Amino acid sequence: MTVMQHVWIVLGVLFVLLNIGAGLIWVERRMLALWQDRLGPNRAGPLGILIVLADTLKLFFKEDWVPPFADKWVFIIAPAIVVASVLMSFVVIPFAPGIVVADLNVGLLFFLAMSSIGVYSIVLGGWASNNKYALLGALRGASQMIAYEVFMGLSLMGVVMMTGSFKLTDIVEAQRDMWFFIKQPIGLVIFFIAGIAETHRLPFDIPEAESELIAGYHAEYSGMKFGMFFIGEYLGITLISAMTATIFFGGWLGPEFLPGWVWFFTKTFAFILFFILLRASLPRPRYDQLMEYGWKILLPLVLANVMITGAVLLWLKG
Amino acid sequence: MPGSDVNNSVLWPLLLYAAVVAFLIIAILALSYILGQHHQDKATDQPYEGGIEQTGSARLRFSAQFYLVAMLFVIFDVEAVFIMLWALGFYELGWAGYIGVSVFIVQLVVVLIYEWGIGALDFGPDEKKIMRAYRRKIKNQSV
Repeated sequence: MTVMQHVWIVLGVLFVLLNIGAGLIWVERRMLALWQDRLGPNRAGPLGILIVLADTLKLFFKEDWVPPFADKWVFIIAPAIVVASVLMSFVVIPFAPGIVVADLNVGLLFFLAMSSIGVYSIVLGGWASNNKYALLGALRGASQMIAYEVFMGLSLMGVVMMTGSFKLTDIVEAQRDMWFFIKQPIGLVIFFIAGIAETHRLPFDIPEAESELIAGYHAEYSGMKFGMFFIGEYLGITLISAMTATIFFGGWLGPEFLPGWVWFFTKTFAFILFFILLRASLPRPRYDQLMEYGWKILLPLVLANVMITGAVLLWLKG
Repeated sequence: MPGSDVNNSVLWPLLLYAAVVAFLIIAILALSYILGQHHQDKATDQPYEGGIEQTGSARLRFSAQFYLVAMLFVIFDVEAVFIMLWALGFYELGWAGYIGVSVFIVQLVVVLIYEWGIGALDFGPDEKKIMRAYRRKIKNQSV
């Protein structure tokens, strides 16, 4: 590939991602409205799609407040970390054959590392705000995210065993005969649950539970700094959906009559809708229920999954 | 399976991507600083505590069991790294590697059972204990 092609891939990926992140504002509100039997935003533009523009402009013109009692620089850096870490994770995802920013041979580890860095945004943001709600939200977020990180990494090990590689293009190519969700159903379920907890989306949004903590760790944020937490959350949903599609549902693979990237985006979008459906339908568990569910049910299950997968694979090989 | 021990992909797009992301973030922060309003009112500089006046700083000594989570994380995440390395060389290591990792995972499970036993995995109040205390109280009152 020429230099210019690489540059276009980099810019194109970023352009598409930021547009998806913003567009999800509209998608989520319309879909929630549909499932809750109401209208949702329908005034600005056809079907209310210009709500995206209106919301973005509003956030840019809102007061950009740095509290005098806060840690100024940490307060500013925290929302930047969440956007940066999520956007960087997309580097390793193959959108179509050949369309990947950098096909690292440590792809999966890079993704896990970046999602670990995302924890810092919550902890630093909540601490720097110097607000009691924010402090509680930050503590909850930290314990939830570092707990579910363990299961997230281990749930992918079955796939790594079958592929023998952390590289995501290798993982997609290995699914030519059969998508991995058939061979690794438990891995898929645990990965997805851990993904919801990592992006702290409903039903696992206890770091920002508005009925108890106002807005949790971003209670003191306003303007585009709040908007960056917001975009970071939507990009996080897109990331987990894209990873699920890539690792368990064959990424760009699909019947030949459509190009690879169409299959990839169709699958990703299906999981994004599933995220929104979960938000529309499930209540939020208590904090201790979430943590005990993770350590007492998911961890033994994920270890059993690794052991059984290993034994069956070796036995089949003979 | 394709051998991926050699990284033959180009890496500079990664750096370019990181640079563009950094530029975007700085641009967004700067733009919202320029475009956003800045005003000063009576209660502008107070932290939000549900509409009432602030009761003391938030820099308080918060008694958190959360340190337990951090310790659990260190134990299990470092051990997850070993499992990941084994998964990468799964077929080359064969049954010998499998037995080695089995011993390792059994140790993990023993640690988990121990922690479960001493109550390190109980994050909230124990409802059974509360109910037992409550029933005892009811009984004493009725006697």
